[in-house]
Amino acid sequence: MHTVDYSFLQALWFILIAVLWIGFFVLEGFDFGVGMLLRRVGHTEADRRAILHAIGPMWDGNEVWLLTAGGATFAAFPLWYASMFSGFYLALFLVLVALIIRGVSFEFWGKDDRPRWRATWEWTMVIGSFLASLLFGVAWANIVKGVPINAQQNFTGSLFTLLNPYALLGGVTLVLLFISHGAIFLNMKTAGDLPERARGVARWASPAAAVAGIAFLVWTVINMNDRTGASVAVAIVGAITALLLATAAVSELVRRPAIAFAISTAAIAMLFVTLFVDLFPDVMPSSTSPAFNLTIANTSSSSTTLTIMAIVAAVMVPIVLAYTAWAYWVFRKRVSPEDFDLTTKNPFDLVGSGGTGAGPDAGGAPAG
Amino acid sequence: MTALDLARLQFATTTIFHFLFVPLSIGLAFYVAVNQTLHYRTGKEVYARQVHFWGRLMLLSFAVGVVTGIIQEFQFGMNWSEYSRFVGDIFGAPLAMEALIAFFLESTFLGFWIFAKGRVSPKTHLTSIWLVSVGSILSAFFIIAANSWMQHPVGYKMVKGKPQLDDIWAVITNNTAIAAYIHVIMAAALTVSLVTIGVSAHHLRRDHQVDTFTTAIKVALPILVVGAIGSFLAGDQLARLLVKQQPMKMSAAEALFNTEAPAAFSIFATGDFTANPGHTNRNLKVPHVLSLLATRSLDGKVLGINQIQEQYVAKYGPGNYVPYVAVVYWSFRTMVYLFGAMALFALIGLILWRRGKLATSRRFQLIAIWMAITPFIVNTAGWVMTEVGRQPWIVQGLMLTRNANSPLVSTAQVAGTLIGFTLIFTVLGGVALWLFLREARKGVPDEPLTPDGADVPDLTLSY
Repeated sequence: MHTVDYSFLQALWFILIAVLWIGFFVLEGFDFGVGMLLRRVGHTEADRRAILHAIGPMWDGNEVWLLTAGGATFAAFPLWYASMFSGFYLALFLVLVALIIRGVSFEFWGKDDRPRWRATWEWTMVIGSFLASLLFGVAWANIVKGVPINAQQNFTGSLFTLLNPYALLGGVTLVLLFISHGAIFLNMKTAGDLPERARGVARWASPAAAVAGIAFLVWTVINMNDRTGASVAVAIVGAITALLLATAAVSELVRRPAIAFAISTAAIAMLFVTLFVDLFPDVMPSSTSPAFNLTIANTSSSSTTLTIMAIVAAVMVPIVLAYTAWAYWVFRKRVSPEDFDLTTKNPFDLVGSGGTGAGPDAGGAPAG
Repeated sequence: MTALDLARLQFATTTIFHFLFVPLSIGLAFYVAVNQTLHYRTGKEVYARQVHFWGRLMLLSFAVGVVTGIIQEFQFGMNWSEYSRFVGDIFGAPLAMEALIAFFLESTFLGFWIFAKGRVSPKTHLTSIWLVSVGSILSAFFIIAANSWMQHPVGYKMVKGKPQLDDIWAVITNNTAIAAYIHVIMAAALTVSLVTIGVSAHHLRRDHQVDTFTTAIKVALPILVVGAIGSFLAGDQLARLLVKQQPMKMSAAEALFNTEAPAAFSIFATGDFTANPGHTNRNLKVPHVLSLLATRSLDGKVLGINQIQEQYVAKYGPGNYVPYVAVVYWSFRTMVYLFGAMALFALIGLILWRRGKLATSRRFQLIAIWMAITPFIVNTAGWVMTEVGRQPWIVQGLMLTRNANSPLVSTAQVAGTLIGFTLIFTVLGGVALWLFLREARKGVPDEPLTPDGADVPDLTLSY
């Protein structure tokens, strides 16, 4: 158990947690974006239903990346988890509120036909998605920038400490990136009028995200001058990210929607790679004194825990990735508002048209 | 109220609210999976209708359960940072395992089950609901293993004043965890069977869709019987572990202030209105029963609260090691008495089934409707007893609750978020309950169901 080098394990877990956060942002990023665009891209009820169906099978699984990142941080770096979660207290409360109102709106929305009911849960979707995106951006910018932390590893600031210009730029960047990411996703995954409207959003959101992202990266590199760390690496990674962002902005959405989505995914991933490379080996620097920085060394679990969890992750992560990829593959088809236009299709029509599938009951009596 | 009191209140509020939905979700996923299997095997439409009807209710329960579950993972760090620092080397591992092994499985295949019908074979679709069920049943194991470590810490060594993981296998196979896990899963079985029987009885009383809802009861009754027997056996095992591992909790649950041999089981007791009145005022008792339950002998000795307090002062230093006796005593009684009612109800149900009167006995149906509420009270009472009974410890024998909260999170912050969460839970709980009852009253849709092979979204289940 103790043959593997302790500092290697700590670095490994830093990388794994970075991977979990990046997984969360690239996956839930598009469903946050789609959530924000629900009313902008979806004009009719059938549109909105199609939009919800485009992310319906995935969003819940995407959110588990956040839970896993949280759980893994607790297991591998409990002192980081304790300082971060107690320090960002009110911000995290707002994140929880955003995720709650957003999460239930998927399920509640379809449970009643009244326009006011529908509108209520559409707005909780839009606001929840926006607020969560903004707050995650603000939180991560603050983590990278450093926050007031005392010798006992406790955060001594307030919610307003977190609302500094750099962090707000981080928040705005993430909101724009996710809007762009969501629009590019909808362009790839929907049919009918929706892709054109999604492209309309992507045409302004992608360049805006690129401008904000590049400004944020430049500021990040400037910020880090007074700290130790791999400035050059950050600058290089940052430059690649900027390039990807710019490409995403001008990428050919119509002919190659999947490529556009891949570029957008890579841009989000690279933005966070830049932040994590900048952060390492700190996990949450102290703006009070560098002596109080939280690092992978002074916040980690024992080598026993890190080793056991590394084994669990080595076994489980490939399995999770495999079935997640398979589920995405099953839902690769575009979703069209026509499928939901209830004025032309009622369940009886569906029974009549049911002979296309693979099941033994297909085309026969409505056996369910 | 101090920040500590408010943090405790917040934990109680969020956990109780979350746990109203957890056993229901676990149970309904299993129940839907069973019905879908019956449909797959027999091809009978009545089972397909069950899947659609209970599936809708399951999704409502999951929706609230999932979003409130995130709070649980976050609040250890938010409100209990000193606790997180102290136990993180051990406690975080099962939480991370829960996410990696169970949550991904449950969430991915829940989405898959809702939307994949018609895109995959009926067999694959059936497999997906079983994976949801397995995921939800597995997730309970890891969180119970984490909680059981707080009740009965094992597999650790103390390094620089903090517990460090020594043996993960000991943590996973903690006897407290195994017993508590079976107890909780059986509680989920009780919850789902009583809720489905109650909802079905509502329809049977109105002679509405009699075949469908008689079938629903016939699928649920065996689950109720297994749940009743299983939760009794696991609860009995848990009680005997308590006597050894947390004698104070057991004695508080019995309001046993002074050591008795043989010990009597208290049926109804009153005491003064203080945390630890030191004695009971009235106490109706059945001789020997507590000895039998706690020690498996008629005359076994059971330690009293006052004697355990003396032992703890000698062991841990001066202090008050007695939990709020009345809360532990009455939560335990609530659980046990209502459980007795459930067991009796199960027996009556079996007799009526044998006599072919499930669909016609109006009295049974009326009782069944009211019985649907009991599992939620019992589940809550069980956790109140477990958690309040451990006080003043947050980790039995290792850390006191008063040393565990976040030191720099202010009273105002905890109060503000407590109010915020309470408001959200009130609205969310209200909406969810209203939708649940409305869906439940509607009954099974009369129109034909989307056929398995139809290559169109199934709007009965999805949004």
